Amino acid sequence: MDFQLDSEQEALRDAVRGLLSKAYDTSETRREVTKQDPGWGDKTWQQLAEMGVLGLPFAEEDGGMGAGPAEVSIVAEEIGRVIAPEPFVEAVVLAGGLVAAAGTPEQRAEILGALAEGGLVPAFAHTEPASRYELAATGVTASSADGGWTLTGVKEPVLGGARADLLIVSAAVDGGTGLFLVKPDADGLTRTGYATFDGGRAAHVGFDNTPATPLGEPGADQSDVIAATVARAQIAYGHESLGAMETALRTTTEYLKTRKQFGVPLMTFQALTFRAADMYVSLELARSTVTWATLVLLDASSGSTSADEVIEAASRAKLQVSKAGRHIGQEAIQLHGGIGMTAEYSVGHYMSRLTAIDHALGDGRHHLNRLVATLDDHTVVDPLP
Amino acid sequence: MKLQLSDEDAAFREEMHTFFTTQIPQDVRDTVAARRELSKEQIVASVQAMNAAGIAVPNWPVEWGGKDWTPLQRHIWHEEMQLANVPPPLPFNASMVGPVIAAFGSQEIKERFLPKTANLDIWWSQGFSEPDAGSDLASLRTTAVRDGDDYLVNGQKTWTTLGQYGDWIFTLVRTDPSVKKQAGISFLLIDMSSPGVTVRPIELIDGGHEVNEVWFENVRVPAENLVGEENKGWDYAKFLLGNERVGVAPVGSTKRTLSQAKEFAKTAGPGGTSLLDDPLVAAQVADLENEILALELTALRVVANSADGKPHPASSVLKLRGTELQQAVTELFVDLAGPLALASGAGDGSDVPDLARVATPNYLNFRKASIYGGSNEVQRQIIAGTILGLRG
Repeated sequence: MDFQLDSEQEALRDAVRGLLSKAYDTSETRREVTKQDPGWGDKTWQQLAEMGVLGLPFAEEDGGMGAGPAEVSIVAEEIGRVIAPEPFVEAVVLAGGLVAAAGTPEQRAEILGALAEGGLVPAFAHTEPASRYELAATGVTASSADGGWTLTGVKEPVLGGARADLLIVSAAVDGGTGLFLVKPDADGLTRTGYATFDGGRAAHVGFDNTPATPLGEPGADQSDVIAATVARAQIAYGHESLGAMETALRTTTEYLKTRKQFGVPLMTFQALTFRAADMYVSLELARSTVTWATLVLLDASSGSTSADEVIEAASRAKLQVSKAGRHIGQEAIQLHGGIGMTAEYSVGHYMSRLTAIDHALGDGRHHLNRLVATLDDHTVVDPLP
Repeated sequence: MKLQLSDEDAAFREEMHTFFTTQIPQDVRDTVAARRELSKEQIVASVQAMNAAGIAVPNWPVEWGGKDWTPLQRHIWHEEMQLANVPPPLPFNASMVGPVIAAFGSQEIKERFLPKTANLDIWWSQGFSEPDAGSDLASLRTTAVRDGDDYLVNGQKTWTTLGQYGDWIFTLVRTDPSVKKQAGISFLLIDMSSPGVTVRPIELIDGGHEVNEVWFENVRVPAENLVGEENKGWDYAKFLLGNERVGVAPVGSTKRTLSQAKEFAKTAGPGGTSLLDDPLVAAQVADLENEILALELTALRVVANSADGKPHPASSVLKLRGTELQQAVTELFVDLAGPLALASGAGDGSDVPDLARVATPNYLNFRKASIYGGSNEVQRQIIAGTILGLRG
């Protein structure tokens, strides 16, 4: 058992940190970038591509770097540290991950190669207005005729859906949920984009007999692929949140040290410092669970943990992060006072981003519900496989 | 990064599991599982079974019976013990006075005390806290005045846990009242059968007798019972209290108690139905399981990465969160018992299950956990000051 990074992993972390801290040197730089569509920086995206980050988890024969969950977690954490708006988890881990898991060799090489080079940004169109966090698609249905497939229905909110160069769409098929590729210029496709509260972008995406290409085997139920890939993205989001929570806490403690009221630094007041101590406790507990979930995922590649164990670990991480993110985000603003409420200052944006992640791919209550369903499976929770 | 234990550590875990589930007297394990108080004889029998196998004091130097284990192995030893309903070795002996004597005592004092301390042939009590010296321990007032070859000790100690069983007591006493308060303290070993020592029980809110007051009236203590140097006692106490915080997060026992609570809940509903069908109860249990997992993983992070001897910064979280969760599980048990929680005094002829009878006394008793070993407010102070650099 070992929670430490090796030297190559540390080098990756330092490189990504260097790139992103330059790109987002201040909260104001991020604000400028998120004001313009698509809400993230093309230059930064290209730099990430050049560094190999966008192809990190994909096989080398598909144009990727062949790295594992630990490396993905390192990048996600650095994204979170500066709340970089580039859609690493959404486009690479989630949408790219689906292609890697379900695509034919040709689809993988074409899509993942272009994604890794920075030339193609995919989005996963899954959430439906009435689906909450269900993994099955019901509101968009797929039909086949004359050897082709079409989709009909609505997906919303689709993160990055308006800007995406390729949509990976979940749709109801006979016996389950299939995955389909839809090109931006497909007939009957409408995309209406808008900004989200965290500076991101989402879209209403309508399909009206829209031609689509099955991802992988035509008509197959891809529920297992969706569940496994969503679990990977949940764990990566956990790391993105850890980075964000760490910065929110550090920003808060710096403020308590420097801000003076009544002629003394705020850290003179125990009512404030004790609350900062509790934020640290929340952060460390979340870090432990999220890192463990990555280790469970790491072991899945060698077959020593099962797909279900990964899914459960992802729920455990997401629940812990949901609670920690709310606690740390709320307290970061409160301990700052009025300045924390302003768009000009950073901590409010951190809380916004933590809130967005909380409600993507299942919030704490959703995951607690899933864990309730497993209560009878064990006498105690043993973290070791 | 990797999750799996090494083959060596996995084998070690199996070995510990087998030992604790087969070599500790069954009545001891049954009493712990019933959440009842252990007798002195049961505690001694449990420690002596461990000591016979050479695993009662693994944290001591090897020459005095310790084990050259890694921090992870020590953690596994501690966890498997708790999961098997085995009480940890008496902390006053194994974690407190033993390591202090081994580190700072003379050869003569080591030979005289350490073997008997490891085997619980001597039952040690702790004489630190006083009525006016709680979290502010250095303000203690019990005095030891040199008189020929002896010290004359006068004063009062309090919160002496299980002092009614004590053979000896290790004390902090003031030997120099003229200097800064930390600089005038010594670490003195006192035979509790000495004339002038009086132990008086303190009844606690659970109705139990777990702690005591210990009075010293002109108690004559041979100067050879001084550990280390005179007036260096505060350094030794800090060393001891550092040890006290290690393993103070009772992960294994809290996990086990929660699993017991979960099992209890399955028939605790109206007409013997399962309370786990109540979504509020089920959510609370699942949430506590997840919180305890986070605590356990934090403990594992600390031990897996503290091989260089430096304490991991996250270790301060363990005492604070560990006791909060320990208390939360005792509270859950009371809620599960519901109206039967009132039947704490029920004896023969009662239809109330035993676990329901003990639920509230345990809940009340464990309010202590966030107070002892450096109260949780002291822990927050340490986190804020030492880790976050917030110094008032």
